[in-house]
Amino acid sequence: MSDNFDALIAALPDLRSGVFITLQLTVGGVVLAFVIAIVLGLGARSPRWPARVPSRILIEFFRGTSLLVQLFWFFYVMPLFGIKLDALLCGVLALGLNYGAYAAEVVRGAINSVPKGQWEAATALSLSPVRKLRKIIWPQAWAIMIPSLANLAVMLLKGTAVAYIILMHDLTWETDQLRQTTGNTFFAYGVGMIGYFLIAYLMVLGANALERHAKRRLGQGPPKGGLFSVRITDKATAAPMPAANAGGGGAGAGGGVV
Amino acid sequence: MDWWSWDRALEVLPELLVAFVQVTLVATVIGSVIAAVLGLIIAITRRTAPAFIARPVHAVMEFIRMTPIVIQLLFVFYTFNTVDGMTLGVIVLGVHYASYMAEVYRSGIDAVPKGQWEAATALSMSPARTWRKVVIPQALRTTLPALGTWVISMLKDTPYLTVIFVVDMVRQAENYGSRTFVYTESITMAGLIFLAASYPTSVLLRRLEKRLATY
Repeated sequence: MSDNFDALIAALPDLRSGVFITLQLTVGGVVLAFVIAIVLGLGARSPRWPARVPSRILIEFFRGTSLLVQLFWFFYVMPLFGIKLDALLCGVLALGLNYGAYAAEVVRGAINSVPKGQWEAATALSLSPVRKLRKIIWPQAWAIMIPSLANLAVMLLKGTAVAYIILMHDLTWETDQLRQTTGNTFFAYGVGMIGYFLIAYLMVLGANALERHAKRRLGQGPPKGGLFSVRITDKATAAPMPAANAGGGGAGAGGGVV
Repeated sequence: MDWWSWDRALEVLPELLVAFVQVTLVATVIGSVIAAVLGLIIAITRRTAPAFIARPVHAVMEFIRMTPIVIQLLFVFYTFNTVDGMTLGVIVLGVHYASYMAEVYRSGIDAVPKGQWEAATALSMSPARTWRKVVIPQALRTTLPALGTWVISMLKDTPYLTVIFVVDMVRQAENYGSRTFVYTESITMAGLIFLAASYPTSVLLRRLEKRLATY
């Protein structure tokens, strides 16, 4: 066992660079996904078809084809069009587009679930459409969508392991290197999985704190479950599960099938 | 400039479809059965078993849910290196998604009104009979669409089996590309097959959800 720990200590610099690649993919993917989610989510609920139809097509397209297909498309097909992307960029693009499409549905659902009276009140105060969205609707929708977005972010983190398939030296790759040096699968993969788990758990904690802050700004009580709880939502509709909606200080449905 | 050739697309289509049926569909169907059964067992265990069993089960499920399926596949593959990749892959997919489906069942079980439990007790039904005849039928009704969306999700995760050397449809598409040095058609067709399989299913599930909605 002490041999294993010696090997682990020797492998620490490599593992650190693996974690760094994984984090780069995660952060890049999350940022891109968030931008795409807002653009497509707002587009998909636009009353004007030139905005709505392309948004819907993009959402269904990127949700419907597999992440690995999209990654391979950027990795193998784009160079044939003369666009040579670096592997990290391929990963960020594929992750951002794929999870951005899922998140767009969350954004759309959350905006739709802001009570109608809020829209009417903002109109009655003759706020401009942009101001209405930014100052009245978004803060409320934001508080609703955080748990679902956090779940998608954790899924995106797990999705970064596909980088291993295009031979990037991410945490999964370095974990496998550790297996080869120690010859102990259980030990090496235990280290790797705990690494992913810790990153995921930190993301959930961050999201819980964000949600708490967002609710406080709205004058609502803290969300149910406390800072350390992990809540699960349904990826496809990204609606919080019925049980999660049941109380939760006004944490209404985050979309459902609308 | 020849960016897209229908001839190539049609040429690669049969081998993609064979891989889709033999690997992707088989893995999804068997994986879903494992996930659906195991998920239900876990959900019921968490409700009925004493805390010293229920808590560790919960912790393990949480851990599985928060680590990548790719690393789980590799771990299992190198631990049980005598078992064939497809069998292991199907089991890993099933267990991974069981951890999600268990949550779906749990919320479905929680949504069964308390009066139903009380009525079953009043009729002096045994606990096993209450679960089988009263709770699970009602819980299933509300959970079916959500379970279905996880099945679609699993379908799109099957390409990860390629890390343990199972040649699925996407690997087949990549192989075609490395044979011919042209990836455009094969990888695009693989994506379109996924879209053709998953989009109609998700539309059907949405209809099913509307029809099954009790409130």
